[in-house]
Amino acid sequence: MQKFSAWSLIREAFGGHRGWTTQWRRAAPKPGYDAVIVGGGGHGLGAAYYLAAEHGLTNIAVVEKGWIGGGNTGRNTTILRSNYLFDESARLYDHALKMWRDLSQVLNYNVMYSPRGVLMLAHTVHDIQVIGRHIHANRGNGVDNEWLTPEQAKAFCPILNIERNIRYPVLGAALQRRGGTARHDTVAWGYARAADALGVDIIENCEVTGIRRDSRGAVEGLETTRGPIRTRKVGVAASGHTSVVLGYAGIRLPLESYPLQALVSEPVKPLMPCVVMSNTIHAYMSQSDKGELVIGAGTDAYNSYTQRGALHINMHTLEAICELFPMVRRLKMLRNWGGIVDCTPDRSPIIARTEVPGLYVNCGWGTGGFKATPGSAHLFAWTIAHDEPHPINAPFTIERFRDGLLIDEAAAAAVAH
Amino acid sequence: MSRFRTTRGGRIDRSRPVRFRFDGRDYEGFAGDTLAAALLASGVHLLGRSFKYHRPRGILAAGAEEPNALVTVVRDAARRTPNLRATQIEVYEGLVAESQNRWPSLALDVGAVNGLFAAFLPAGFYNKTFMWPRSAWHALYEPRIRAAAGLGVAPGLPDPDRYAQRYAHCDVLVVGAGPAGLAAAAGAASAGARVILCDEQHEFGGSLLAERGATIDAMAAADWIVAQHAALASNPRVTLLPRTTAFGYFPHNNVGLCERITDHLARPPAALPRERLWQVRAREVIFATGAIERPLVFPGNDRPGVMLASAARSYLNRYGVQVGSRAVVLAGSDAAYAAALDLAAGGVAIALIADVREPGRAQGPAATAARDAGLAVETSMTALGTSGRRRVSGVHLGRVGNDGSIRPAASLRCDVLLMSGGYTPSVHLHSQSRGKLEFDAAFGAFVPGTAAERTRCAGGVRATHTLGAALEDGAAAGVAAALAATGHAAAAHRYAARLPEARLEGTPGALPQPAGAVPPAKAFVDFQNDVTTRDLALARREGFESIEHIKRYTTTGMATDQGKTSGLNALGFVAAESERRIPEVGLTTYRMPYTPVTFGSFAGVARGELFDPLRKTPSHDWVVAQGGVFEDVGQWKRTRYFPLGGESLRAAVDRECLAVRQHVGMFDASTLGKIEVVGRDAATFLNRLYVNNWSTLAPGRARYGILLRDDGFVYDDGVVARLAEDRFHVTTTTGGAARVFGMMEDYIQTEWTDLSVWITSTTEQWAVIALQGPRARDVLAGLVSGVDLSPAALPHMAVAHGRICGVPMMLFRVSFSGELGFEINVPADYGAETWAAIHAAGQAHRITPYGTEAMHVLRAEKGYIIVGQDTDGTMTPDDAGVAWAIGKAKSDFVGKRGLARAALRRPDRKQLVGLATVDPGVVLEEGAQVVATPGQAVPLQMIGHVTSSYHSPVLGRSIALAAIVGGRARTGQTLYVPMPGADIPVQVTPPVFYDRDGARLNA
Amino acid sequence: MLIIDCPYCGPRPELEFAHGGQAHVVRPADPAAASDDDWLQYLYLRDNTRGVFAERWRHARGCGRFFNALRDTTTDQFLATYRAGEQPPAVPRDRP
Repeated sequence: MQKFSAWSLIREAFGGHRGWTTQWRRAAPKPGYDAVIVGGGGHGLGAAYYLAAEHGLTNIAVVEKGWIGGGNTGRNTTILRSNYLFDESARLYDHALKMWRDLSQVLNYNVMYSPRGVLMLAHTVHDIQVIGRHIHANRGNGVDNEWLTPEQAKAFCPILNIERNIRYPVLGAALQRRGGTARHDTVAWGYARAADALGVDIIENCEVTGIRRDSRGAVEGLETTRGPIRTRKVGVAASGHTSVVLGYAGIRLPLESYPLQALVSEPVKPLMPCVVMSNTIHAYMSQSDKGELVIGAGTDAYNSYTQRGALHINMHTLEAICELFPMVRRLKMLRNWGGIVDCTPDRSPIIARTEVPGLYVNCGWGTGGFKATPGSAHLFAWTIAHDEPHPINAPFTIERFRDGLLIDEAAAAAVAH
Repeated sequence: MSRFRTTRGGRIDRSRPVRFRFDGRDYEGFAGDTLAAALLASGVHLLGRSFKYHRPRGILAAGAEEPNALVTVVRDAARRTPNLRATQIEVYEGLVAESQNRWPSLALDVGAVNGLFAAFLPAGFYNKTFMWPRSAWHALYEPRIRAAAGLGVAPGLPDPDRYAQRYAHCDVLVVGAGPAGLAAAAGAASAGARVILCDEQHEFGGSLLAERGATIDAMAAADWIVAQHAALASNPRVTLLPRTTAFGYFPHNNVGLCERITDHLARPPAALPRERLWQVRAREVIFATGAIERPLVFPGNDRPGVMLASAARSYLNRYGVQVGSRAVVLAGSDAAYAAALDLAAGGVAIALIADVREPGRAQGPAATAARDAGLAVETSMTALGTSGRRRVSGVHLGRVGNDGSIRPAASLRCDVLLMSGGYTPSVHLHSQSRGKLEFDAAFGAFVPGTAAERTRCAGGVRATHTLGAALEDGAAAGVAAALAATGHAAAAHRYAARLPEARLEGTPGALPQPAGAVPPAKAFVDFQNDVTTRDLALARREGFESIEHIKRYTTTGMATDQGKTSGLNALGFVAAESERRIPEVGLTTYRMPYTPVTFGSFAGVARGELFDPLRKTPSHDWVVAQGGVFEDVGQWKRTRYFPLGGESLRAAVDRECLAVRQHVGMFDASTLGKIEVVGRDAATFLNRLYVNNWSTLAPGRARYGILLRDDGFVYDDGVVARLAEDRFHVTTTTGGAARVFGMMEDYIQTEWTDLSVWITSTTEQWAVIALQGPRARDVLAGLVSGVDLSPAALPHMAVAHGRICGVPMMLFRVSFSGELGFEINVPADYGAETWAAIHAAGQAHRITPYGTEAMHVLRAEKGYIIVGQDTDGTMTPDDAGVAWAIGKAKSDFVGKRGLARAALRRPDRKQLVGLATVDPGVVLEEGAQVVATPGQAVPLQMIGHVTSSYHSPVLGRSIALAAIVGGRARTGQTLYVPMPGADIPVQVTPPVFYDRDGARLNA
Repeated sequence: MLIIDCPYCGPRPELEFAHGGQAHVVRPADPAAASDDDWLQYLYLRDNTRGVFAERWRHARGCGRFFNALRDTTTDQFLATYRAGEQPPAVPRDRP
């Protein structure tokens, strides 16, 4: 792997940048692998990287039906935080947040982790109670999260409207200082490059069309649009398409795929130093390094695989944004897009074995998967390598829905997380 | 007078000069000018700086595709609008515009130093560096990158302008009012269809506005537009929307339009909104969106004065502006010849038409006409570079030999360099609708393929070459759409059009450069984002092959123009480099909006009170008059407390609580959800739905009901009264009213269709006034008739009908405070006067109105839960301490099977208990966590959390409810609430703190 | 915003409706006899079809009725709507 650094950049500049080589090989599928990850997003590529880097599995592949990072990895609003309510969630997301801190150095790829702080607004007495519970629970779990008065919130984010005469005035906010943003594409590319360097085959334009099983029912291979692949271990990290892939093994999951839209403004000079989220009036916003305001909200109402949503969802989102930040009202929407998010009933993910031996699944991240990328990938790799979950992801089973052991962040965060 | 203004011609109004200001200097233009046209007329070509290298940039285009000439228009401090395209801004008297992304000035921009370091800033450079030391990205590098990035500056004040919204339905929506769109609208209208025709420009005509000499049906094009417009405008079934951009296509022919209403006015009338967002639902949609000319890609192609040929033609023919005095024309398509001919006729010297194509491809009618007009034409040319600093001053041309070798041919002086790389159909909306795109190899662009919805394309977007073909295509589309929408047929008008054919095909990609040589300058593909051929080549070298990857790695096509001029050239370049065909490289998805749309238009009138519907209770106005403080609960405004004489929240709540305990209080409980359940099987229905046994509830009696989801977790609760054998009055939580109603409908309509039962939401029909306290009966006694209030006749949980102050009343004897209590239900319209009457009558009994805060304290003293506060989505009835309500003999109810699962019956679940702080003065924080042993290190072993916590004035101490693992078995134990700095010791108690035997309740 | 053809009211915009999830999920007649796995199937497991999907809608801001629809989740085009309790109509193979 060609080392990236300021020095290599300067050196290459004198050669017209002709010395740079491919960041990952364009691998064609081999007849067989020790393990195959289905889904070339951050979670899948990361899992392949950790399988190779930490578990010594290098004869492995990632198969991606399109281009890597083209799913939700490249379609989200890049918010990172770990101030979740339940102990299980806080441990999971904080595992990820801690990994974000070092990810650029680990991958030798600048993923632009920016701990700009995430403000979650309270607009009602009930919000204050809910946020209070989060803050106390987070403190107990060693996750930073602090209460700010409206004035303190405005000092942290000067464009925030804290006037008392608006429909849902800001009554305060929780601030996680370690929360922030990262650059979405680089996460996929950084993992791909690092995994490739360890021998992992990254196979794009390769859609899985079937899962082969032996007489015991265990996984023995995949059917793909680029031919069959033998393997005894398959890890599925296909986000919105998980139900379709696991359907090839006859598995139904508690998942429903919804459109989730996001949008950016035209780039403007620095305006907003942090991330602001409001679950009550359904919107969140930050500003990218390029200057675009990055805005998101809740999902559309119905299952869909179209990667697009309705106009009224955007209108509702921008109503909320213009109410919270009235000086952005004159700015303009530059681009809107949609992703397909797979949601579980309790809005917590599944990182687990399935009932089919050799088949593992990492799904159900709903609207909040990007922030978990390194942690999710790391734990998924562990689960595949050991054929049992890591203690951190042990609660995130499929069986919890059968047993009633929900990790109900849905009740805690009604919309976005 | 402006040097470059022609003496006559064009569509500007020379009788109406307008003065405007750009970067502090005053200029003059004419009504009908765009800012770009007016500046060009004054010889101003430098309008902006590029995003990354801060290179001087001029005007490339004459329309919405402009990537370079972005400015901020300033009306006042709050009305600054950044990132507007000078090619679309209509000048008005007093217009003030500023250039962007430069400091201290446009001419002397310090940021241009980036250009010196350009070698170190290739595509994706930021991925490769700024990683050491670890924290430096956020602390050091990122702030600098951010400061350099961004274009305009956002306003610092809230936008005072208004934005409106409209829905509209039509048979046929025509997007684009060029020749095809006008013909389509006329065709559809001729069949009697209701038509909406929109166009982003302020006048209809599209490409015709820039034509000289075209005729249609023996009329000059300009006259034809007027006639066509007049005919449409006089048709009451046709709506015409100029200055209106169709920005987005949404499923099922829902098209978003943004109409700009006041931005072009010098003094916008206060009554008008600035913009109006239309949501049009059309039976049929016609995209007559035309095509956009592509630049050519060669070194130095970004200098001010390097311009699209069609733009130069538009400035001359439409605005009467010469874009220079001496032009070199680079022809990658025949369109360049048409421009050269017009400019030559308009007094611009044409130094050379350098056709970049082989001689065989440069033989169309336009080329012949140019040669016949005596213009110099060379073929097989390429551009090797340009000279000039803030304006192009010359071009270096090369000649491509038969073997592909390139040798320098000439360096020509010029002050404007025109180029035409062919045309790219504007397939954006067709693609947004998920219509297929096909690559037309001969035309060199993607054209619309099969439609996915009820849409069709017409005219230039389908790569028609002649005016006649565009008109015919439009007319045919118009009548076909009308027929499909309305069933009415009409014959398509056959237009007789005359305009020299100018074939618009071209070859996307970059012009050939000498092999091996390092080019003297960058060849820009995406002007605004400063993406060059080198960047694209680097992306490929690093393994990025998918166009989506190349786009993301280099940011090509991601600027505010969204790749309108760059997209296909990037594809063509990558295809050539990788020896693939363009369709094999792929195509990035088209996303809304077509051009950027103001946030305010999306938000519309939804601001302040109109942001969300506001629900008021009957006592609202009275409370306002009393100075009560409200809180938002869903959409409701509920009274939180009634401060007297500057009381604090705590003082007011203490006073209100004590008044209820000692005398009597009144509380507006109207927000509670109310559902009337009626029918032969009403009791059976509720038996199946709620955990309780309703069969044993006699008419005239009420019971506390609990509703679960089928997973066994508590969903809602409330008092349910049986009004008659077949009639129940169900109350729900304030927030749960709608979802409980929906859940009931779901079971009635889809699961238990055997039941004869109907439900009606009556939340808004009843005003509910809670009267609570030992004197409640005394207050009521003087007001009601037809009801025996005695404890024997109306015991706790009884219901009676009667009148209060002559108004029909449903009276519940219920208590959420633990005191003797009544809830008086009257028709909502009588709520306010009943409230006032009770308050007046209560004066003798020291009646005190109280709010939600006191209500919460009172119910917590009694251990009554609030669903959603003391429970979350994971608590069972047993967890919440209300399992006593479950009808033990019932074989089934919603949630029973869910509750039977092992995990829901474990003894170590969190159970609701009381907590008493060892120090009675300490009020715990709600949400605080609970641990079994003090002094723990993080992570704490948390065994529960505080759900409710208050100072109880009647007990003179704090009280709290908490959900604790195995909580009931811990009664009497000391636990700890860890707070920063100290662990607070608490004792586990039963959750009822006051009047445990209920004597007061039953008084 | 989708246009949804309510079998009782006719075509109306999506804003009038509430989505009701997968159609034809039947609550077990005898819940007590259902195993935990049966109950999981009923409560949470869904087809999440990519393609023609039978789903429920409620005309919440109209007639209030629940009904079923066949919609292609890859295009959001409705193929049919039909009343609750009815079986889904056959989908032509050569549908557009």
